[in-house]
Amino acid sequence: MFDFTYLWVLIIGFGVLMYVLTDGFDLGVGILFPFARSEQDRDILMNSVAPVWDGNETWLVLGGAGLLAAFPLVYTVFLPALYIGVFLMLAGLIFRGVAFEFRFKSAPGRRAFWNWAFFGGSLVATFAQGAVVGTFIQGFETENFRYVGGPLDWLTPFTVMTGLGMVVGYGLLGATWLLLKTDGETQQWARRWAYRLLAAMMVFFVIVSLWTPLADEYVRGRWFHNLTWLWLLPLATVLVAAGLWRSLSCCYEATPFIATIGLFALFYAGLLFSKWPYVVPPNYTFHDAASAPESQLFLLIGLLFVIPFVLMYSAWTYYVFRGKVRADAGYH
Amino acid sequence: MEFDPLLLSRIQFAFVVSFHAIFPVFTIGLATYIALLEAIAYRTGDDHWARLSQFWIKVFAVVFGMGVVSGLVMAFQFGTNWSEFSYRTANFLGPVLAYEVVTAFFLEAAFLGVLLFGRKKVPPGVHLFAAVMVALGTFISSFWILSANSWMQTPAGFEFRDGIVHVTSWLEAIFNPSFGYRFVHMAIASLLTGGFVVAGISAWYLLRGHAVTASKRALKMTLVMLAIAAPAQLVIGDFHGLNTLEHQPAKVAAMEGAWETQEGLPLLLFAIPDAANETNRFEIGIPKLASLILTHEWDGEVQGLKEWSAEERPPVGIVFWTFRIMVAIGLLMIVAALWGAWLLYRRRLLDSRGYLRLLTWMIPLPFVAVLAGWFVTEVGRQPYVLYGVITVQDGLTPALTGGMALFTLIGYILVYAVVFTAGIYYLTRIVRKGMPETDEEQQDPQGHPKRPLSAADTPLDSSAGL
Repeated sequence: MFDFTYLWVLIIGFGVLMYVLTDGFDLGVGILFPFARSEQDRDILMNSVAPVWDGNETWLVLGGAGLLAAFPLVYTVFLPALYIGVFLMLAGLIFRGVAFEFRFKSAPGRRAFWNWAFFGGSLVATFAQGAVVGTFIQGFETENFRYVGGPLDWLTPFTVMTGLGMVVGYGLLGATWLLLKTDGETQQWARRWAYRLLAAMMVFFVIVSLWTPLADEYVRGRWFHNLTWLWLLPLATVLVAAGLWRSLSCCYEATPFIATIGLFALFYAGLLFSKWPYVVPPNYTFHDAASAPESQLFLLIGLLFVIPFVLMYSAWTYYVFRGKVRADAGYH
Repeated sequence: MEFDPLLLSRIQFAFVVSFHAIFPVFTIGLATYIALLEAIAYRTGDDHWARLSQFWIKVFAVVFGMGVVSGLVMAFQFGTNWSEFSYRTANFLGPVLAYEVVTAFFLEAAFLGVLLFGRKKVPPGVHLFAAVMVALGTFISSFWILSANSWMQTPAGFEFRDGIVHVTSWLEAIFNPSFGYRFVHMAIASLLTGGFVVAGISAWYLLRGHAVTASKRALKMTLVMLAIAAPAQLVIGDFHGLNTLEHQPAKVAAMEGAWETQEGLPLLLFAIPDAANETNRFEIGIPKLASLILTHEWDGEVQGLKEWSAEERPPVGIVFWTFRIMVAIGLLMIVAALWGAWLLYRRRLLDSRGYLRLLTWMIPLPFVAVLAGWFVTEVGRQPYVLYGVITVQDGLTPALTGGMALFTLIGYILVYAVVFTAGIYYLTRIVRKGMPETDEEQQDPQGHPKRPLSAADTPLDSSAGL
């Protein structure tokens, strides 16, 4: 039977990237929330992502269900290993999801609670997702296809740093998204934050790039011995970051957001190539983690039908809500 | 202090899934009702129907939103607390649960936005079509979930290779032996839940003289439906029970509180099962009736719990009592529905204030019955998670500690407490605000596809509205 595993790597890989990019900017907007200049600006911030955020989160649910179906080992090692982190992420996502709805329905005096729920939920969920990336690099203690490590093994200085790096990264996505979606004073505010966050993100980029190969022998081998073309990735990263910095200085609105997406795509590629073909490092590859071919095929039929539909529908939603967000328009 | 991760995980799963279950069971019934209202509004062109539908769409939107939020947690529970079970059964449960997400997404993406926000933006026929598709989508969604659950109760269509489930027949696995009964039983339970809530709230409006024309219509049509569905549920429940007797006899023995295998088993109305001494105390029963119901013979033989070793028996007390709660509420529903139909036939419905009050009080009961029913079936299949094959102990995440399980259990309770207090408070505000009496009061919120709660425009705080 044809090996569907590579096709599923593409599908899940694409789904995860879609999730990171789309929910990334709306989580980032949540992270920037307390720093907004006024309550009216907070309305604008929230309105800029209100119509699309739950569509963005659909990728997470699809990814979770898709993992169980296509790579059950990833699902059943990652979730127990990240038990507390998964809980924090879910709690965070629930709080901010509800805050979206109830902030606008509350009397102005009672919005503070939902403001904090929105910020806190976004922050915690983002940090947890960054810690997942760090844990993936760090690897899992497994025996006989089961996680056997402790409940807080994932929490190390390294994962704290990737968690903070994710907060900065999503923040940058959020800031450049707001550059695109706002104007006037609010846009200037977003521009200032984009500068700071880009600078901070490049610091994290350098730290992670040095730390990872030092800490992990497999990654070191990848970069310094057998796949030297990988160096094109950090080279491209530096070039894109420089372009992003330049585009912030002037009148560009869409370019910074697109460049930030480019940065994320490069990080993602670097991460995958550093570990390939391992998906549950250090012991199991994509093939070890795959479900039975007939199960992969059975779901593939449905997904190939739905994914184009999801993409078209998402694109349409973004099209409908295109253009600048203003305080008085839209969501009430 | 040591905590038992198995017990805490079971409590956590029961808590999360019970909380989740009450939302879909309501939305399925309500979606069907909304589709019906839309169809009548389309045929008659009468604004009262459209306003009635618009009101229930608001309620639907909020309940649906809460169902989605609580469902998000469910998608990860299998992996966090039951990773061993998930790993071994992923070849079947993975695709089935993914199909549920895919079909639910399909419904939500395509038609929910049109139903919630499109009344004035799309032609009436398209709006009606969206309502029908949303209703259909909720049934398709429950189709997959109940298939997964039924397969865990009566597994079929698979073989084990190295301890891992491999599907040998998708048809046999999806349409496993108990699936049909379970699906129909749940579908009717959804109609009963939606029906009794609509009837109860309509009765409450009538008592207060609010939106009288629309409330009268709503009450009449739901009572006709309930008078058919409530007795039908008894029949379906009986068939489901026979199926359970065939495939899970230990569960039936626990439901009946039967310790000894005997012919002419009595139907116990009251008893306190005593698992330690393998007997019941304070038994009150009707001789031979249980045998008649279960085997359709007065002297039919029914297996007792002593056929199984103590470790293989479900916790008798919980199953025995939740079963009685479910049946008692079911019988009360039949009485209430038939009484209402009779009042309707005699044209005395609107004068019977006592009866209207009864309907209002009955609003929570279908939810209690649904939860009790789930407890019967889920606790009754203990100690197995995959019936007869994998025990809950074997399905537990190996690395899970009691402290972790306790931490997240408390965490979920706190999160749900905040979120759902707000949600349910908001729901009661929508209901209290009631239906618009004229068309002008009705606002069409700006288009926000896939944002369930924004379909409801009632303010959250009392200071901001009314």
